[in-house]
Amino acid sequence: MNIFNLIRLALRALQRNKLRALLTMLGIIIGVAAVITMMSIGEGSKQSIQSSLSNMGSNMITISPQSNQQGGARTQGSSIQTLTIDDVKALKRDATKISALSPAVSSSGQTIKGALNWPTTIQGVAPEYLDIRKLSVKEGIMFSDDAVRSSAKVCLLGQTVVDNLFSAGEDPVGQTIRFNRIPFQVIGVLSPKGQSSFGQDQDDIILAPYTTVQKRILSRIYFSNVYASAINEDASEAATQEVTSILRESHRLRDSDEDDFRVRTQAELIQTLGSTSSMMTTLLTAVAGISLVIGGIGIMNIMYVSVTERTREIGLRMSIGARGTDILLQFLIEAIMISITGGVIGVLLGVSSSMIVSSTLNWPTVISRSSILLSFIVCAITGIFFGYYPAQKASRLDPIEALRYE
Amino acid sequence: MSKKILEIHDVKREFKMGTEVVRALKGVSFNVEAGEFITIMGSSGSGKTTLLNMLGCLDKPTSGSYLLDGVDIKGLSRDELARLRNHKIGFVFQAYNLLPRTSALENVELPLLYNAAISTKERKERAINALKAVKLDGRFDHTPNQLSGGQQQRVAIARALVNEPVMILADEATGNLDTRTSYEIMALMQELNQQQGKTIVFVTHEPDIAAFSSRTVMLRDGKVQKDTANTNRKSARELLDSLPETDDY
Ligand SMILES: Nc1ncnc2c1ncn2[C@@H]1O[C@H](COP(=O)(O)OP(=O)(O)OP(=O)(O)O)[C@@H](O)[C@H]1O
Ligand SMILES: [Mg+2]
Repeated sequence: MNIFNLIRLALRALQRNKLRALLTMLGIIIGVAAVITMMSIGEGSKQSIQSSLSNMGSNMITISPQSNQQGGARTQGSSIQTLTIDDVKALKRDATKISALSPAVSSSGQTIKGALNWPTTIQGVAPEYLDIRKLSVKEGIMFSDDAVRSSAKVCLLGQTVVDNLFSAGEDPVGQTIRFNRIPFQVIGVLSPKGQSSFGQDQDDIILAPYTTVQKRILSRIYFSNVYASAINEDASEAATQEVTSILRESHRLRDSDEDDFRVRTQAELIQTLGSTSSMMTTLLTAVAGISLVIGGIGIMNIMYVSVTERTREIGLRMSIGARGTDILLQFLIEAIMISITGGVIGVLLGVSSSMIVSSTLNWPTVISRSSILLSFIVCAITGIFFGYYPAQKASRLDPIEALRYE
Repeated sequence: MSKKILEIHDVKREFKMGTEVVRALKGVSFNVEAGEFITIMGSSGSGKTTLLNMLGCLDKPTSGSYLLDGVDIKGLSRDELARLRNHKIGFVFQAYNLLPRTSALENVELPLLYNAAISTKERKERAINALKAVKLDGRFDHTPNQLSGGQQQRVAIARALVNEPVMILADEATGNLDTRTSYEIMALMQELNQQQGKTIVFVTHEPDIAAFSSRTVMLRDGKVQKDTANTNRKSARELLDSLPETDDY
């Protein structure tokens, strides 16, 4: 029998038992929908993490303080006082694989402008910070090295701060705001960056010279981070090593001492975050895969029932000239039809549910063509694999015995 | 007209039922020549259906040989047997064996679906002609449960004719029909036999049906009891014409 007739025959058989076919498909439908949704959520979060990290500058290097005490309680980064201006100077002097360098020190507090106020974070940095973090100034100018040297009380505002402290249309540049009661002159506004993939508002920030934040707000001499740019993305690894050896020397660490700081490249960060999210994706996809297998077993079960129910039909077909292969194909195609139809419904369901997820929960989702293709292939294979044994059983029946079957 | 189409020699068929052995055929031998119209008679349980299944390549003998068109069936594979059944044999089952919930037309088309040489259009045409030949013009779309027993029987006959086999094997094909209809079927069989030269093996209980054939093989308890040529062969068409119009009990 040709393939066209076989497909028609299979469709007819499924039509006769619509409800049964649908129930059989259910496992496949749920499995495929789950795979598609999980993969789209996983892929979406991975891509948004990656894009927001490379938005920050893909060759950025972050140096943070770290306790090197062995035993005892290790303390968290910001309270450790290992990164100082001496380190920055040493790096500026000796590092060859770094193109820009900026210390950073931050403090949170209340900003006030007239009757309006807004809690935010002030980040004390060097002018190079803009390049390193790929930030740009929308209005006004960035402060200069002179401002850093003189600990000038000037600042740049992020868009969120502007929105909360100034009425619409008002020009913030040239005005004075107060951060923890200390007056700052606004000399610029940063271009908005939007939310990071962790849901953090990157525009809720004030930039000021790091000396100003250190002396006038925090009264301390150490930094919470030092940011640097490798000369290019490929040099990140070499730059990391260079920074490490310069800092070890600057901190006078002996060979046996652990680092009292930590140097991380952006690529590393992407990898760490990416690997957690891809582990989640793998796990969830595995769970979804199991439901596909269960769906397949459902198909196998119903195909066995179907072969038994239609034993007389099989006997008749054989007695008028159907070969074993014809019967095998008839039942195999029926099984594949069930699994593929289930797959199509599952894909539609998965695509719409991941759309619902992204619109209601605001999660980024990416439906990749490969996940749809993969589901289809898996479905077809499920159909063939689980449909084969019942179909083979049918094809091996003896025509006379099958005709006598009751 | 002297080519042997069927040669069976000392055919035995035994069925094992647990420890018991049922011997349905106990050594049957006879030949059928191409173009013969033979009836097989015998009481219930004498082995007629078992023999016919064997002739139709649906079953293989426990011992003995069976040559169809000079080819020994024993050496053929399942696929080769399927091809033989499809191309050479038209089988009418005692129990009709129509596909349920499937229209008469599609039931008749069925053997052609397994014949790759036939196009969709030709398939339909042939099925329609076969149904017309058994006088079922108005019943193409009826499913078996919408047809009477006799009509179902005729669909089964149409299905056996549709692939233009060289040999028709019919198991009690007139068993459920009234006199008029069974004469009509027999007239059709005689036409197929005399005009198209088809070999027919017809199993029946009724002696007046056997009278239309050229030869009768009598089975009794799994053996050939009598094998006689029919000298006084009747024409079903003539008998049909002589029947009164209203006679259809
Ligand atoms: N598959 C089988 N298993 C066991 N015994 C069988 C089987 N097929 C047939 N028989 C036995 O073989 C004998 C012959 O049966 P068969 O069906 O050939 O009879 P028959 O002549 O066609 O009878 P009827 O006129 O009633 O149709 C019977 O005794 C029957 O019980
Ligand atoms: Mg019988």
